[in-house]
Amino acid sequence: MSSNVAGEKFEAVIGLEVHAQLLTNSKIFCGCSTAFGAAPNSQTCPVCTGQPGSLPVMNEKAIQYTIKTGLAMDCSISPYSRFARKNYFYPDLPKGYQISQYELPLCLKGRVVIETSEGKKEIGITRIHLEEDAGKNIHEAGPFSFVDLNRGGMPLMEIVSEPDMRSPAEAGAYMRKLRTILRYIGVCDGNMEQGSLRCDANVSVRPKGQKELGVKVELKNMNSFRFVEKALEYEINRQVRAIEAGEPILQETRLWDSAAGVTLSMRSKEEAHDYRYFPEPDLVPVTVPDNDIKRIKESLPELPDIKRERFVSVYGLPEYDADQLTAEKPVAEWFEETVKLGAKPKTVSNWVMGELMRLLNEEGAPIEKSSVTPQALAEMLALIDNGTISGKIAKTVFDEMYRTGKPAKKIVEEKGLVQITDTGALESAIDAVMAASPSEVERYRAGEEKLFGFFVGQVMKATKGKANPAAANDMLKKRLKG
Amino acid sequence: MEIFDLTIEELRLRISRKEVSAAEALDSVLSRIDKVEGRIKAYNTLTPEKARGMLAEADEKAPLYGIPLAIKDNMCTRGVRTTCSSKMLENFVPVYESTVTSKLIKAGYVLVGKTNLDEFAMGSSTENSAFKTTSNPWDTERIPGGSSGGSAAAVAAGQCVGALGSDTGGSIRQPAALCGVVGLKPTYGRVSRYGLVAFASSLDQIGPITKTVKDTAILMNAISGRDPMDSTSAPIPVPDFEAAAGKDIKGIKVGIPKEYFIEGMDPEVDTAVREAIKKLESLGAIPVEISLPNTQYAIATYYVLATSEASSNLARYDGVKYGFRAEGRDLLDMYMQTRSRGFGPEVKRRIMLGTYALSAGYYEAYYGKAQQVRTLIKRDFDNALKEVDVIATPTSPTAAFKMGEKTADPLQMYLSDIFTISINLAGVPAISLPCGFTKSGLPIGLQLIGGHFDEEGIIKAAYAYEQSTGWHKRRPAL
Repeated sequence: MSSNVAGEKFEAVIGLEVHAQLLTNSKIFCGCSTAFGAAPNSQTCPVCTGQPGSLPVMNEKAIQYTIKTGLAMDCSISPYSRFARKNYFYPDLPKGYQISQYELPLCLKGRVVIETSEGKKEIGITRIHLEEDAGKNIHEAGPFSFVDLNRGGMPLMEIVSEPDMRSPAEAGAYMRKLRTILRYIGVCDGNMEQGSLRCDANVSVRPKGQKELGVKVELKNMNSFRFVEKALEYEINRQVRAIEAGEPILQETRLWDSAAGVTLSMRSKEEAHDYRYFPEPDLVPVTVPDNDIKRIKESLPELPDIKRERFVSVYGLPEYDADQLTAEKPVAEWFEETVKLGAKPKTVSNWVMGELMRLLNEEGAPIEKSSVTPQALAEMLALIDNGTISGKIAKTVFDEMYRTGKPAKKIVEEKGLVQITDTGALESAIDAVMAASPSEVERYRAGEEKLFGFFVGQVMKATKGKANPAAANDMLKKRLKG
Repeated sequence: MEIFDLTIEELRLRISRKEVSAAEALDSVLSRIDKVEGRIKAYNTLTPEKARGMLAEADEKAPLYGIPLAIKDNMCTRGVRTTCSSKMLENFVPVYESTVTSKLIKAGYVLVGKTNLDEFAMGSSTENSAFKTTSNPWDTERIPGGSSGGSAAAVAAGQCVGALGSDTGGSIRQPAALCGVVGLKPTYGRVSRYGLVAFASSLDQIGPITKTVKDTAILMNAISGRDPMDSTSAPIPVPDFEAAAGKDIKGIKVGIPKEYFIEGMDPEVDTAVREAIKKLESLGAIPVEISLPNTQYAIATYYVLATSEASSNLARYDGVKYGFRAEGRDLLDMYMQTRSRGFGPEVKRRIMLGTYALSAGYYEAYYGKAQQVRTLIKRDFDNALKEVDVIATPTSPTAAFKMGEKTADPLQMYLSDIFTISINLAGVPAISLPCGFTKSGLPIGLQLIGGHFDEEGIIKAAYAYEQSTGWHKRRPAL
């Protein structure tokens, strides 16, 4: 996607509010399960259905996960933080207010580094706070709507960025980076389709060079990375066209309609809620001792940016490879394990990013589910290195390994795929090929050198691909010279 | 003396000595209810069947085995209608048990019924109940006080042996005073609020209403303590309150705040409270004049904070999940019809006040300012209670007033809590106990205020005073 969606004269300004559902076993204020996909209202209790007299009790794990996220995004952790009530009426909100954080969030002022085709860029994090999710309204045919409160009270982190992004591509890169970090530290599964990662965007445009911000529009309902980019692209174009036509931009909330590929007005500024925030009296303020911060900091894994740099400096990988390999922690770990077994880093990288990823993607499986282990790949690469099999045959072997889980050695033996390096065997194969194609030999010797490939192909065919390519090339050249 | 007239302490002893069976005690109370409930109207729901079932299941060795108690109808009792005296919850049956009643069940109590209150505990007379106005047993044309008027009247009339109330601005102490019984509002955090239908979360506390100070101590032993279901309940050890009743009060300092003896106070109340202080002095206490300089801001502060919290706490009554629902053209109309018709005028008035106070542009001027003043009021008490052990004041500026006397003027009604409200803002404990009667035979209450988590101090002083007088032995002629 080009970075100048706003055209030559305008510049887009984008800030994102990302909601990430935390991977705790129980809800934020009660003991109900957070498992996805259960029968409606089967995971509820007096607390998360807002029964009269029920009270919230803080899930400490949710606090720790939020602090962990803050530390991973370079935020400062507030030593004193508290919860607030956000008041509004909606059927999926059983208490008539959402317990959230307002003036004293857990994490403040962080940053995340993204990379696009334009290079690296730092995106500021304004704040990260913790809150409860609402339930879900279900509208079916008939006079009634239904409310499912299984999702009500799920722990959500809201990560608010500075308006630092200037293009949909940057917004997309930022979202992907957040997802990578959240998955690295194990606080969120990052699944946008299931809604465990959600994104609202604030977007405005202004003439290039102008300091003041344009009127901002809030975009909602973008449930994939692709939709975030598409919705922003549409909205930026819409705003630019409006400004160019001399029409005012209204401060409003718009919904992305993915089927139609457009954004539609949902409510104007005048219809916006007054949430009447005030400190939640049912919960005590959260004080985070330095020791806890220290302990959580020490529990952080190596973060993607650092891992990536290390992959470049220690393994000598190209930036692109390092980027791809470190996007998911299990992939990076898989790679490193293989390298530790003695395989060459760049070769492992090629196999992981190439064959392995292709096969995994075909069935949508994560690397943890791969039937090929780092050990198995390392063994197969050793077979290439010691000349037992050719790189070309190795692809066949790898496919077989992935399919059956058998070790490379066994496959090579069973299928007789050992490379032919034996001079005698190669010579007789070459002689047979030359004998079968006298006119081509004639023409080659007359100077038609491009025919060399033809002979290589014939030799490979004759040896069922098992000829050692280097040895076959050498010998062919010698024999063809006559 | 009839069984229903006994105190918890006496009945407990008689049951344990098998002089009275728990079933007899329950029958005595139920027949008393039959006799006087028509005049008192203390109960929203009576639960005789439930009571018999509880008795059958209770452990005879449990500390409150067979003691018939009444519970204010804003505490959740599983399977028993909990209405908050509101049309909104007229048919609401909780699916869970509040922590206090769970503790009482373990202690072996029997539930006689759920008592009337001002709707959602908002009021000082029970006249704001959507169902009925409870009468004061000492004069049935007068109000019993509120909002725990049903509990206080039931105790005074012998329709239960003891009761629980809740107190947000005086709702235990003021009706206790007006009905001639004892009521204690514990320190905020001493008793779990889990299952208490919230009015103002930062002020609400559950406490006992009983015939004597000792009974209050007995119930405090049963209901106090940290509850993992209530984050605001304090992880502070619970002493034996019963043991505090009977300790010597020689040398304790009793603070007399000058701001609490004011112009316009009923002279009979003024006299009775001053007499009570003299009595305490004769028992060895040392009176000390003190000042609580921010007292004058208490009512305003309270009505900003309590209504703000209430506006949010009562948002859940929207017709969607439980309780009353009015039909509407669409969602918004359903909300508006439900809340317009489901809530009574005082509740709506407070929701509007609180919504306004929290609105964008007004928050700092009202809620923000009130929070600051609350801190000052709390500091007043902290400072004073460094100098003295307890503070003595009237509980209410007047004895029980006539039904309808103050309903037309909400401000006049709010002023009946003028001596009790600051205590909730400060979070400290306070007890009200009888300290005399007006010439026309209406009870007058003495309030003793203690330091944070020093319920023992006020129980000790209250018990010493009570035992030196006979007020607690008087019963209304019904």
